Amino acid sequence: SAFTSGVSLESSPNTMEHIKCPILQEIMKWNGWGYVDSKFQFNKKGQAEFTGKRYRLSGMVMPALKEWFESTFGASLQHKTPAIPNSSAVQPPILNEAFVEDLKSTGIPFSQDAEDRVFRAHGHCLHEIFALREGKVGRVPDMVVWPSNHNDVVKIVELACKHNVCLIPYGGGTSVSSALECPPEETRTIVSVDTSQMNRILWIDEKNLTAHVEAGIVGQELERLLNESGYCTGHEPDSMEFSSLGGWVATRASGMKKNIYGNIEDLVVHIRMVTPQGVIEKSCQGPRMSTGPDIHHFILGSEGTLGVVTEVTMKIRPMPEYQKYGSVVFPNFEQGVACLREVLTLITNVFAGHALKPQKFYITKFKGFDPNRLCVATLLFEGDRERVLQHEKQVYDIAAKFGGLAAGEDNGQRGYMLTFVIAYLRDLGMDYYVIGESFETSVPWDRVLDICRNVKERIIRECKERGVQFPPLSTCRVTQTYDAGACVYFYFAFNYRGLSDPVHVYEQVEHAARDEILANGGSLSHHHGVGKLRKEWMRETVSRVGMGMLKSVKDYVDPGNIFGNRNLL
Amino acid sequence: MTNTYRESDRLCLENEEFVDILEERRHSSDLGHAFRTFSPHPYKGAPPCSAGELSKTVLDSQHLRYVTKEIATETGASVDEVKDDARVILEEMSQNLQLGFIRLMGYTLTKVFKRLFTSIYVNMEGLSMLQQAVQDSPVILMPNHRSYVDFLIISYVLFTYDIPIPVIAAGIPLAGMKIVGEILRRSGAFFIRRAIGSDKLYWAVLSEYVRTIVRMGFAPLEFYVEGLRSRTLKSLTPKLGMMHMVLEPYFKGEVYDITLVPISISYDRVLEESLLAHELLGVPKPKESTTGLLKASRVLQENYGSMHVNFGRPVSVRQLCQGKINRCQYNLIPRDLPQGPSAEVQACVSWIAHLVVRLQEQGSFISPWSLMACLFLQAPASALTEQGLPWQQLTEKTLWLKKLALSFGARLHWPGQTPDADVLSSTIALHRSVIYRKSGRVFLLLEDEPARKRPISAVDGVNRTAAAVLMLASYRNQSLHVFIRPALLATAVRITKSTRRDELFVFFCFLQDIFSNEFIFIPGKSSQDFEEACFLLKECGGICVGQEEVTEAEAGLEVLSFLCALLQPFIDSYQVIFSFLYELEAHVFSEKEFVPAVRSFATKLILSGDLHTYEALSSDTQKNILSAVRRLGAVTKLRVSEQNEYKVNKGAVRQIENILSGKIPPQMLQTAPDARL
Repeated sequence: SAFTSGVSLESSPNTMEHIKCPILQEIMKWNGWGYVDSKFQFNKKGQAEFTGKRYRLSGMVMPALKEWFESTFGASLQHKTPAIPNSSAVQPPILNEAFVEDLKSTGIPFSQDAEDRVFRAHGHCLHEIFALREGKVGRVPDMVVWPSNHNDVVKIVELACKHNVCLIPYGGGTSVSSALECPPEETRTIVSVDTSQMNRILWIDEKNLTAHVEAGIVGQELERLLNESGYCTGHEPDSMEFSSLGGWVATRASGMKKNIYGNIEDLVVHIRMVTPQGVIEKSCQGPRMSTGPDIHHFILGSEGTLGVVTEVTMKIRPMPEYQKYGSVVFPNFEQGVACLREVLTLITNVFAGHALKPQKFYITKFKGFDPNRLCVATLLFEGDRERVLQHEKQVYDIAAKFGGLAAGEDNGQRGYMLTFVIAYLRDLGMDYYVIGESFETSVPWDRVLDICRNVKERIIRECKERGVQFPPLSTCRVTQTYDAGACVYFYFAFNYRGLSDPVHVYEQVEHAARDEILANGGSLSHHHGVGKLRKEWMRETVSRVGMGMLKSVKDYVDPGNIFGNRNLL
Repeated sequence: MTNTYRESDRLCLENEEFVDILEERRHSSDLGHAFRTFSPHPYKGAPPCSAGELSKTVLDSQHLRYVTKEIATETGASVDEVKDDARVILEEMSQNLQLGFIRLMGYTLTKVFKRLFTSIYVNMEGLSMLQQAVQDSPVILMPNHRSYVDFLIISYVLFTYDIPIPVIAAGIPLAGMKIVGEILRRSGAFFIRRAIGSDKLYWAVLSEYVRTIVRMGFAPLEFYVEGLRSRTLKSLTPKLGMMHMVLEPYFKGEVYDITLVPISISYDRVLEESLLAHELLGVPKPKESTTGLLKASRVLQENYGSMHVNFGRPVSVRQLCQGKINRCQYNLIPRDLPQGPSAEVQACVSWIAHLVVRLQEQGSFISPWSLMACLFLQAPASALTEQGLPWQQLTEKTLWLKKLALSFGARLHWPGQTPDADVLSSTIALHRSVIYRKSGRVFLLLEDEPARKRPISAVDGVNRTAAAVLMLASYRNQSLHVFIRPALLATAVRITKSTRRDELFVFFCFLQDIFSNEFIFIPGKSSQDFEEACFLLKECGGICVGQEEVTEAEAGLEVLSFLCALLQPFIDSYQVIFSFLYELEAHVFSEKEFVPAVRSFATKLILSGDLHTYEALSSDTQKNILSAVRRLGAVTKLRVSEQNEYKVNKGAVRQIENILSGKIPPQMLQTAPDARL
């Protein structure tokens, strides 16, 4: 089928060869999301279209988008804020000559080219992209180095320790926590360790259903290669086109099909990481161990502060025999949340993924439901055909109890497809004075509705107080469900015409929203991580003792702060 | 935070529009008003919630299920039995708000109000802010409580202006009144027992009931933060239990915000005025009964002047709590389970409650009569009853006081178009039950002597004068909040004879501390209060304020003397009771014997001419002093039973007495926080 595992990419093998090329940035935007050839734009008739050929949406014209865009944000196609085509002068690199000499002798490729360095100096936080679009560049890595296997990484780390240079691991560059930002106060040479060349599946163990994979592999490539052998991991974060296995491990990533396959911590069997103290790994591949605290959990979520993840053994599964999308429209968000919870307690092994979102813009009218309150759940079922059909019926029966009406496969499929193109929408907004971002949390079930209401309200009021002239978009979505709670995404965007420092306003509002999340019993992050963006809340999140524990691990593993991205702690 | 008091802190009163809502009623149909279309916009369009639905939600709540089970385990009763108990409590408590009854009440009240009052003034700006507020978040209406009339006036005004009718927390005795109890219930009253004590199930039902109302937001919630109707017409120390229940849904994130609306109801003349003094002198309050109310129908023959209902600026709880409450403390226990408030929460609840009382005070209106009462009480009682005060002198002094009150930021109800002399004359006429004018002099009117065979005793004579004096004192109390801070400073200046700012501040704090049951001060704001006192007293020419020094101004004699005299009855009363405690034979006394013993002790002193104030006879004053000495650690409670017993530390009493009379300087007394929830 053209639709594998919920991904709406019609990715040609051609694309993948490009990714193997060291100069990834040739097909990727340097100051926005995704591929250069794919973007939303308004054509001469003022209709929105999506360019390129990569996505199902590519080449399509969406007349409704303009109206939605204008009415939601008060934006106008007359008021443009185009990006600056190239960046201003990049600071010349601070080079540790002795390190460079030693590195040369290893034969590992590296670069001091400004473009290569700028490309790896950021993730996709609003302030990072906004600055790039204005051509502003701060502290960037002084060099980029491309190890091609575990041993290359060992050599690089040894040299870094020897010459006291700072290493920042780089995977897919999709961070939204300022994790890739170079600390401006760093005076040593900063080397970006780009793992993109470590992208092979080293072996597949069909007896135990595991695969041993190099950590630089990107999600869609991993899935494609496994699919060739009839397998999949089932790990599909929204960023899977670009994000890497090592990045997933380093941030404790979560995929939309985790209800069947599990989150990254459930999927890994073995991790290998190179640290300044040497290589850390377990001695066997037992599926579970009672050997003190799990050392994997020092690595999972370490956000590049301890070392470079080089190889991972992951669980794999045969590709599902049958997949089916679905969707349900509920009269309101409250009913939708109640339904998801009920579904979860009854059906656990087929219900792959779902998302629940009020006021989704692709369904605006539905059978007498109040368009301002209706909410859509998109569903994906996987497994053997009979059971999928059986459970599908069960889910729709439950939905009916909560006033939900089946809204067809197409809407479900479209919902999933949008997951991948939604990040492109932000770039469109930024062409027309609209900035925004999404952020997430996890929260116990009984607080889901309260946190959604309070955070959305807080965003609206903070915008008003900070002089935002137009009503902001402030909405949310339940994207993951657990026995004891759910993951909630907030979407926040506004038209910044009339503001002198829109990014600052944006950051203040997001900060207030995070305070509100924490005050309402939400977590600091479900899967985006802490980075530098959310560091200030770490102590209250994990307690003083918890911070001490993490710090002492860092002090032991990396006493010279070689992995000096200053995330997390 | 700066401690400087600025002029702009005062209420801005210019161009405030008050409308007499009786004016329209006098010109159009009362029935038309009662049957007017009523279509308010409640919070987020919350659907109306029937009494039945509300009760069901409360009974089915996880909170009640949990507590029910816990009580069943503790008492050995079955869960169903406890549940039945809860249902009975809820039935006794529930409001049953019905628009039909509101209309009936509306019709009746119009008739009654028109007869009783010349006018009922309502501030339109406050009403329109309220109208907006009820749509934005759950609203808590927080009126002061001086009269039974308070009870339905707010519902009446809201009905008239298309704002959702509140549900109102009322004392359970009202529910016991035939017919009236049911009418009140259907007008939105729910009933709370007086002494709940440690009845766990009752607390659980009540708090869940209150929180559910706030969470659902289908109607504003109205309650008296002072807990009781104030017999002294003075603000009472706020009660924190209900306040905490009301705020909890915000603390726990169940609502985005809660809006508090302080409401100040001011009366020219209080319907219950003659009852007040008798209650304070120990004639018990008549049990609320329907016949009692009907007997009171004689009050319908009288004129009670004007009434002001001032809707204060809505206050956002979210804003108040900013930086004061870390809401994360509720993250680790399910929100439905009972959780005692942390010290931080208790302090914040107490602060908010005190703040609301202060806002009520600032929003209230002072009548010329209250100013006159201040002056009457500064003359010896015998002068009032026998020689009388010269009318001319009284008039001049009242006008002087009017100016002073205005400069202190008071809101006066003083008809602008009428000559001052006429205003004062009509004031005297309105209060002819207390005071009368004869040949250029004004006299205090004592109650008719009861027809008795034997001549009245000296003690009865004291009581007769006391009844009249305490009634005057109540009206004086209406304006005390305007003068209290400068008065404390003036007293500090006079008693300590110090000119050093820091020493005066310490004494000022001591006075605040000792009088904290008499006058409401926001906890932790002493230095702002002191700054305010300095500022106001300097502005009116009473003192000169330097960097380190505060000295009496040359022209300050009149102001300082007036302010000190205003406070004198309180100081005298406190000193008398200190002497009483000091001279007690035993070190232990029971609560029951305290009040009569003090009363006879004070009576003797009045008769011997050693005590000049009758206010020491007021049971309210006596209770306040008992709390004060307990707070200051000079008296400790021994047993909590039907017979509360107290132990006196005579040394400590003597010390407080000496500080208050300026013999020794005050240390910073460590007082136990009074913020029990």
